[in-house]
Amino acid sequence: MSMTMSQKILAAHANVDQVRPGQLIMADLDLVLGNDITSPVAIKEFAKFGIDAVFDTSKIALVPDHFTPNKDIKAAQQCKMMREFAYDKKIEHYFEIGQMGIEHALLPEQGLVNAGDLIIGADSHTCTYGALGAFSTGVGSTDMAAAMATGKAWFKVPSALCFNLTGKLPPWVSGKDLILHIIGMIGVDGALYKSMEFTGEGVASLNIDDRFTICNMAIEAGAKNGIFGVDGVAIAYLGAHCKRTPLVFQADEDAEYERTYDIDLATLRPTVAFPHLPDNTRTIDEVGQIKIDQVVIGSCTNGRISDLRIAAKILKGKKVNPTVRTIVFPATQEIYLQAMDEGLLKIFVQAGAVVSTPTCGPCLGGHMGILAEGERAVATTNRNFVGRMGHPQSEVYLASPAVAAASALTGYISNPESIEE
Amino acid sequence: MKAQGKAFRYGENVDTDVIIPARYLNTSDAKELASHCMEDLDATFVKKVQLGDIIVAERNFGCGSSREHAPLAIKTAGISCVIASSFARIFYRNAINIGLPIMECEAAVAGIKMGDNVSVEFTKGVITNETTGERWSAEPFPPFIQKMISADGLIQYLQQEVLS
Repeated sequence: MSMTMSQKILAAHANVDQVRPGQLIMADLDLVLGNDITSPVAIKEFAKFGIDAVFDTSKIALVPDHFTPNKDIKAAQQCKMMREFAYDKKIEHYFEIGQMGIEHALLPEQGLVNAGDLIIGADSHTCTYGALGAFSTGVGSTDMAAAMATGKAWFKVPSALCFNLTGKLPPWVSGKDLILHIIGMIGVDGALYKSMEFTGEGVASLNIDDRFTICNMAIEAGAKNGIFGVDGVAIAYLGAHCKRTPLVFQADEDAEYERTYDIDLATLRPTVAFPHLPDNTRTIDEVGQIKIDQVVIGSCTNGRISDLRIAAKILKGKKVNPTVRTIVFPATQEIYLQAMDEGLLKIFVQAGAVVSTPTCGPCLGGHMGILAEGERAVATTNRNFVGRMGHPQSEVYLASPAVAAASALTGYISNPESIEE
Repeated sequence: MKAQGKAFRYGENVDTDVIIPARYLNTSDAKELASHCMEDLDATFVKKVQLGDIIVAERNFGCGSSREHAPLAIKTAGISCVIASSFARIFYRNAINIGLPIMECEAAVAGIKMGDNVSVEFTKGVITNETTGERWSAEPFPPFIQKMISADGLIQYLQQEVLS
């Protein structure tokens, strides 16, 4: 029987030749991830096993990125618990403040993700690593605890949707616009329990950061994972970051997909998801006059160097609208340094934006940019649920870094094409 | 095993941010989490909920974040079962892993209103609206999941099956 790329990775990690959709398997994991919100619950569950050691000290990553630098005493207690666990269990990949970055940008950058890996993380955006040809998916804290103890997790083998990409993205249109377009098309449960596999000659024109963004938001369509085939772009990234040899899995030519969507990248427009669901999308031409109070550029979705370059290109030599609080947060220390070297941080500060240390803070309404009642933000983040960035009566509009930067200048949701260079 | 209580009826795409907003995630204390359960969707939930009550919601319940704090808050608030047309996959896993019973049944969701008295027989997969007398059959859990539930959750199941 033919298999999709996701199914092949699962089969290999379950030590079987074949898997079929719906089959329940127990599989060996290459990496287990947790953060400062999900790990404390997992650590309590882990204690119930009554065992001292984790399955492999080199295959667990603990990243305090959500409420850090510690936003309050309770958050500090949670981080302390995680830090003590990391030291006690001799976890190799614990990232203290100073090395810490937003987990889904940090792990690939640190070389912890390889093509062909099977990865679970107690964070829903763990699906990001599909950009490098890994099967990665979000789970809860109990799954994380069990995985830290055994190195295994159970999976129901997913069926798949195929996204066949052709053409090239127009100027100012990015991977973010593509994934928002797809979520708008199939809905927030359009890929429920399924894999989203991205293929076609159009893939070659998508840079690695676009691919991270696209896989990152697979969960916003309900998907189990998002995944790209491993091509030269992925191999180049892996070669620069990961010491292991890539394990390349390819979907069989006759692999079965529940449905195939053909998308011509050249036809896409800058796209915005209106409150309060990521599938509530409109193209920039349909947005109308939406006055905003805050712009957030960053997150595990769009806090990478290409994202910052696009924002800087638009903001260079200009001032943000004085009524718009503009917050830029590079996703990792390495990206922060690179942005510094390239002069991007100077452009942001001179434009009247603030630049934050890496943190998930504002994206989930944790800290560093909370909205008051009735306020609106344009954010390059991934969710716009009720109360996501603060007050239950605030609003989040999801968009690309280009749209976010253009909107910061005008004070309204704006088309980057309309900003004069 | 049976659950019975009054129904809290909600719409589609109830996300984990409204089940337990991130501003309360600086603790993992189940009782504290439960005191804010459903706050951004239904501020009266915590005041009204009684032990054994049942949440009934439309499709894609529990979408969004992987926070296990969401099923934990619901369970600790006293909810005995969540019935939905469909569940987001991480919530589905988490609920099973922590022992919060869940049922997928679109027909039952359509036939239950806010405040109806509802009972669920888990072994048979039968849902009854005691207020109207209507009755539905839900898909029982696959054997693998039943095994996990009878072992009292994922951790205990793995202790038996994998570590031994």
